[in-house]
Amino acid sequence: MSEFAISHDFCADKICTGYEEKLILKDLCINVPAGKFSVIIGPNGCGKSTLLKSFSRLLKPKKGCVFLDGKSIYELPTQHLAKNIGLLPQSPTVPAGITVADLVSRGRHPYRSLFGQLKKEDYEAISCAMEAMGITELADKPVDSLSGGQRQRVWIALVLAQDTDILLLDEPTTYLDIAYQVEILDCLALLNRTRKTTVVAILHDINLSIRYADHIFAMKSGELVAEGKPRDIITPELMKTIYGMDSSILYDPETGDPYVIPRSKVS
Amino acid sequence: MTLVNTEQKIKRIYALEKRRTFICVGLFVVIALALGVVLMCLGNTNYTPAQVLDILIHGGSKAAVYAVRTIRLPKLLIGAISGFSFGVSGYTFQSLLKNPLASPDIIGVTAGSSAAAVFCILILGISGPVSSVFAVAAGLLVTGLILLISGRGKAFGGRMILIGIGFQALLNALISWMLLVGSEYDVGTALRWLRGSLNMVRMSDVPVTFAVSVIACTLLFICNKNLRIMQLGDEYATALGVPIGLTRVCCLVCGLILSATSTAVTGPIASVAFLSGPIAGRLLKGGKGTMALSGLVGVILVYGAEIVSKNLFTTNYPVGVVTGLLGAPYLLFLLFNINKKGDKI
Repeated sequence: MSEFAISHDFCADKICTGYEEKLILKDLCINVPAGKFSVIIGPNGCGKSTLLKSFSRLLKPKKGCVFLDGKSIYELPTQHLAKNIGLLPQSPTVPAGITVADLVSRGRHPYRSLFGQLKKEDYEAISCAMEAMGITELADKPVDSLSGGQRQRVWIALVLAQDTDILLLDEPTTYLDIAYQVEILDCLALLNRTRKTTVVAILHDINLSIRYADHIFAMKSGELVAEGKPRDIITPELMKTIYGMDSSILYDPETGDPYVIPRSKVS
Repeated sequence: MTLVNTEQKIKRIYALEKRRTFICVGLFVVIALALGVVLMCLGNTNYTPAQVLDILIHGGSKAAVYAVRTIRLPKLLIGAISGFSFGVSGYTFQSLLKNPLASPDIIGVTAGSSAAAVFCILILGISGPVSSVFAVAAGLLVTGLILLISGRGKAFGGRMILIGIGFQALLNALISWMLLVGSEYDVGTALRWLRGSLNMVRMSDVPVTFAVSVIACTLLFICNKNLRIMQLGDEYATALGVPIGLTRVCCLVCGLILSATSTAVTGPIASVAFLSGPIAGRLLKGGKGTMALSGLVGVILVYGAEIVSKNLFTTNYPVGVVTGLLGAPYLLFLLFNINKKGDKI
C-alpha cells in the first residue's frame, strides 16, 4: 500500500437518485471531508446505501452529478476510479471453494494487465491488507469455512488491497458481535489516522458512530438533515427528527463525546 | 508476524496454487490423451496403438480404415471439441449466474439449440454450418426469453433456473414431436437429439466446429479475468472497474455459441456442462485455471462415457446416456445440500 493517501475533492452536487420511478435521494449535496472518518447515520430506507451507490457508480443519478477532483465520475476512466475509490458492498457473494489469499488478491484487479502476473507492489499491497486485518493466519483457508467476523475482515482486506485513497463501506459491522465491531472500526480508524485514507461508512450503532466519526452526516427521507462533528450535532432533537425517538444524552467524562440513551415509550 | 514474513507466506501460497494448477491441468491432459488412445483402439475390432497409428498414416484393410478413420477418428476429434466446449460453456454460465444449477444443459439453452438442429436436419433437410447457425440463434432466443420472463430483482437467479427447467421440458417435448413428425423411428437419432451422442459424427463436421469453438474459447479466456471478479457480485465488480455489461454479454454469447455449435453436431450431451465446472472448481479451489480445467474435465467425461458405453454394454448406448447417469446423482446432491442449508435455489 502506498504510504500516504492523496487528498481528493469528492462531492455530490444536487443528486437525485432512485430506482425506476421512485426517487430516493432528492437534490442532495454532500462534500466528503478529505482525510477524515465520516459516518452516515439515519433510519432504514432513508437513502444511505443509495448515496454510497451513487458515489461508487453503481447507480447513476437521474439529475446532478458526483465529482472526483472536479471531474464527473461518469467521465473518468473506470480504471482511474477503481484505483481511487474502494467500496465494501453489503452482501457480496463468495465464489465456491475460493481461498482467502485468492479472494484478497482480486482487489488488485485495477492494477493488472490482461494476462499479467502479480507484481512486487501487488504482493506488498496484499500482505499489508491481510496484516492490517489480522487474517494472515487464515491465508490458505477456504473463505466459506470462516466465521462471519473473519469473513468480513477478508472482504475489507480485499478493499484495502485495492489501495485507494477513498474507502466507502456499507455497514461494515453488521452481523458482528460488539468485540468484532470495535476491532473492525479500530482497523479503519488506524488506517485513517496513519495513511490519511478518507473513510465514509454507514453504521447503525449511533454511539459507535459518535465514538469513531470525525464527521457525521445525518440523513432522513433522502435528505441531509445535519452534518458536522458529533459533539456539535448530536442532540435529543436530532434523534427525534431522524429516528422519531425520544432520548437523553450523556457526555463521556474523558472525551466529552455525547452518548445517546434511547428512552422507551413503555415505562 | 512481520510484514516480510506475511509477504513470504503469501508468495508461498500463490506459488503452491500455481503449482496445483499446473499439476492438475497437466495430469488431466495426460488422462484425456490416454483415454483418446483407448477410444481409438477399442471397438468392435480391437487394435493396438501401433496398428491404429499405422492405419491412420498408411492405411490398411478396408474394414480397418473404415473403423479407424471413418468411425473412430471423428469421434475422437468431435468428442474433444464438444467435451471442451460444454465444459467451458457450463463453467461460464455457472460463474456468470453464480449458481451451479445455471448450466446451459439444465436451463434449456442446449435443448433450444438441439430443437433448432432437429428442425433443420429432419424437417428442412439441411445440415452442416447452416444448422449450427440456427442452433446458435435458437440458443440465443431461448436465453433471451428466459431472461425476459425472469424479470429483475432479488429472486432473479432462482426464478431464472425454474423457468429454464420449464423451457427444458417444453423443448424436449418439441424435439420428440419433431422426431415423430419427421418420421424418425431410429432410436439412435432420437437419443442423439435428446441426450447427445457421438455415433453419427463425420469428419466433415470437424473443421467448422473446431474453428468456431477455438474463437469462442479464446474470447472466453480473455473475459475470464473479469468474470472472476464478477463472481464477487456486481457491486464489487463495478468498484473494481470491471465493465460489467460488456463482459456479461460477451460471456453469454460466447458460452452460447460454444454449447450451440457442439449441440448442432452431437446433440446436447447430458450433464457434461453441468458437472465439469464444479469438479474443476473443487480441484483448483476456484483458482485462475478453473475455466481451462473445466474444459479438460468435459473432454475426459465424454471420452470416458464413450468408452464405457461402447465396450461395457452389449447395446451401443449413446454417450449422453452414460453422462446423464453421472449428472443425476450430483443434481440430487446439490438439491439435498440446498435443502439442508435452508438456502434458496
